[in-house]
Amino acid sequence: MTYTLAGTVDETMASASDSLIIAMIVTYAAALFLFAIEAAYGRRTKLKAGRLMPVGAGAAEDGADDAIEVNVRTAEGEARASQSVLGTIALGVTGLGFAMGVAQIVTRGLAAGRWPWGNMFEFVVALCLVAVGGLLYASLRYQARFLGAFVLVPVLILLGIGVRWLYVDPGPLIPALHSYWVPIHVTAAILAGGAFMVSGAAGVTYLVSHRAEARRALGERVTGVAGRLPSPELLDRISHRFILFAFPLWTFGIIAGSIWADEAWGRFWGWDPKEVWSFISWVIYAAYLHARATGGWRGPKATWINVVGFATILFNFFAVNYMFSGLHSYA
Amino acid sequence: MSTTTNDTEAGTDNASGSGPRGLGPAGWLRWAWRILTSMRTALILLFLLAVGAIPGSILPQNVVSVDQVNSYFQDHPDLAPWLDRLYLFDVFSSPWYAAIYLLLFVSLAGCVIPRAVAHARAIRARPVRTPRHLGRMPYAARFTTDAAPETVLDQARAVLKGYRTERYGDSVSAETGYLREAGNVLFHLALLGLLLALAAGAFFGYRGNLLLVEGDGFANTLPSYDAIYPGHWTDTDDLEPFTLHLDDFEATFIEEGNLSGQAESYVADVTYRESPEAEEGRHRLEVNHPLSVNGVQVYLLGHGYAPEFEVRNAEGEVVFDQAVPFIHRDTRSFTSDGVVKVPDTGGEELGFVGVFLPSAVETEGGELVSDFPDARDPRVTLEGYQGDLGLVDPQSVYQLRTTGMEPLGSSPVMEIGDTWELPDGAGSITFSGYREYVSLQTNRDGARLPALTAASLAVLGLVITLFVRPRRVWVRAERTGDGRTRVELAGLGKTEVAGNNAEFHELTTDLARRLRSGPGGTPPSPGPDEGSGPHSPTDPPESTTTRE
Ligand code: HEM
Repeated sequence: MTYTLAGTVDETMASASDSLIIAMIVTYAAALFLFAIEAAYGRRTKLKAGRLMPVGAGAAEDGADDAIEVNVRTAEGEARASQSVLGTIALGVTGLGFAMGVAQIVTRGLAAGRWPWGNMFEFVVALCLVAVGGLLYASLRYQARFLGAFVLVPVLILLGIGVRWLYVDPGPLIPALHSYWVPIHVTAAILAGGAFMVSGAAGVTYLVSHRAEARRALGERVTGVAGRLPSPELLDRISHRFILFAFPLWTFGIIAGSIWADEAWGRFWGWDPKEVWSFISWVIYAAYLHARATGGWRGPKATWINVVGFATILFNFFAVNYMFSGLHSYA
Repeated sequence: MSTTTNDTEAGTDNASGSGPRGLGPAGWLRWAWRILTSMRTALILLFLLAVGAIPGSILPQNVVSVDQVNSYFQDHPDLAPWLDRLYLFDVFSSPWYAAIYLLLFVSLAGCVIPRAVAHARAIRARPVRTPRHLGRMPYAARFTTDAAPETVLDQARAVLKGYRTERYGDSVSAETGYLREAGNVLFHLALLGLLLALAAGAFFGYRGNLLLVEGDGFANTLPSYDAIYPGHWTDTDDLEPFTLHLDDFEATFIEEGNLSGQAESYVADVTYRESPEAEEGRHRLEVNHPLSVNGVQVYLLGHGYAPEFEVRNAEGEVVFDQAVPFIHRDTRSFTSDGVVKVPDTGGEELGFVGVFLPSAVETEGGELVSDFPDARDPRVTLEGYQGDLGLVDPQSVYQLRTTGMEPLGSSPVMEIGDTWELPDGAGSITFSGYREYVSLQTNRDGARLPALTAASLAVLGLVITLFVRPRRVWVRAERTGDGRTRVELAGLGKTEVAGNNAEFHELTTDLARRLRSGPGGTPPSPGPDEGSGPHSPTDPPESTTTRE
């Protein structure tokens, strides 16, 4: 039922963990630099038709004598993105940073002798790890490495805040956190939060690309990163994809949290500020999903809802933990 | 779904022949209903639900902590009454918040129930007839092959695994993803169920707080509580007749390092009876390990110290001998405050205001403080009063009303066993030891399991909704003049376009490849029910219609 507490902290592991996090930040910064160069100076290259990529009208399949003639009725052209060999390297570097992140979390867990997301610092680090994992997944599965810079910027900011202001030495947990529902609840929140972060980053990218397209429609020339982004439709799909993953998990996380609250505090829902804000995020993402199915709300409006949704997640994490006094003893 | 109901309702509106302006009451009602159950309204209500919750997190709430609300009133005496008038300290039980979620509730019901009925009918429907012009679909592909039309259609069925298929003349119509709608209906119905469960729990349940000192017992009756919060329809005269006895309590703390003083665990050993006649049970209460007794959950919320005092009157008779719960100021030092009231002395009443230090140490300035939460070296200091305690009026056990009393001065710092002889021969008080107490919460909420069930179903419905993609595919095969077969494959997805198109394209290439691999086609298709054995690429489908 309860976690046995290692009274002592393994110092070797602790210092390994602390070095790893610094190395990881440096690695991500290098990857961000490479991704940014790719975004700004790469060549716009056609992406292969695939899971999220549209099948172009000319996607003819050449057989011997039975050529397939395809006719697709979508406004969207083929997906194109700015690509260069630097992006491939950036992806590898990101993968390296991710591996360091995994090692960092494992060593920290070993150092403290418990699951390694038990306080704010650890939560931020894990959240960023999930976001980077999401980026890697999107890159490999959806050819979406053009999101690299957009995901790594918030990741680096959060990691910076984590190391600079939230850092605490590894150690055991307070009794309220001795429940197996805590790792379940917190893990769900981290996985969902990381995916919301990727979705939010893709959403912001969408908004930039959408504006670029609107300006192009007015006959303006769009240069720089904005001009080289993939089509807004593609970005919207990627953004939506990550919410499809995150929203049910967030819902599950809230449920797991209330089971824990029921065991620990004698009520499963008590409108504690933390609970209120996770409810607000949940309702906003539900609104996002509805907006996508409501005439006149698809596109930028729905995406803004998504961005606001991620803002509420961050607010819940930073502001609620520090501004309001609640029962959540996570800080 | 709202569109389907809208259509029919719009029809009846016209049929009723109401004038161009005057809709009539029924017309207005229909109009209002239509607005209320539209997606747009649902969206706006969702926003309001989120925005309305914000003040509930910024301002202190009575559901969370009455004390915080009271101190807000003290700090903002002008503003607070106004906020209170807007129910901003009770946001989640306020009429305006209730209005939002009740409207959402009605909207949801109005949305989802007709939709559930429609879906129940649609679920047995056959795939629709093949449209004449497949070229107009979001995805359309065509190619020619030497295979015979029958072969093409049989192969098409094999390719369309997981689809429900139906043959219409020279074409096959296929559909899949019926589950999505079912999942969506399940999700929304589960939300309705969740709301109902929560409402029922709030109306019939109760929550209570109490303190229990080691060695003492508790009977679940109204007067035993320090505070109780019953629902509207809770009968507080007829609570579950269980009893509870606190045998032992132990808190352990981290002893060293920079986390020193942080609590490691709290454990309370209790014995209980479901009812006076029931057998005795034992339970180890911990923070995440409540006791469930007779439908009531008992939780360990906190703990504290109850120093024991023995008071003698002027004649030397013992007039008071009790452990008195003190309230700690913080959890790092557990410096605790409390009040001892001794009304029955045979003479004037006595009162003491005390401070308990579990681990007393002297600072460099000579001040006595506690530096650890555990009772390493407990000390007590008291201030005494003599006179009238004013007990005829209700008052808090943690406060001493000194208006009708004379101060007796301060005690020396007392260790266990020390006695303070009161001035003027008023008697004496002995710090005879200490016990620990726990603060407990009891909670009866019948909604716990129904709410959990509804919430779990909601997650299930949600996952189905979000991951099942309904889509339709048609394959038509026609002989052309030169003896070959022209194949058309069209697809229509109800959700996102690109992913579906990629999949439709895969179906096309798959079909083309199969037809190519067997020049002249595979053997003519056998009868519908003859197919047997494992599916090979050339296997005919097992029956005319396949279900998902
Ligand atoms: C507590 C409030 C509600 C929540 C949390 C909620 C949540 C959701 C979610 C998560 C979806 C899935 C969206 C998707 O398919 O991508 C959905 C779909 C839907 N909801 Fe709600 N909903 C709520 C209230 C309502 C109400 C009041 C209505 C009726 C007006 C409604 C009508 C619909 C419809 C028609 C869909 C299907 C959209 C589609 O076909 O894609 N919902 N809802």
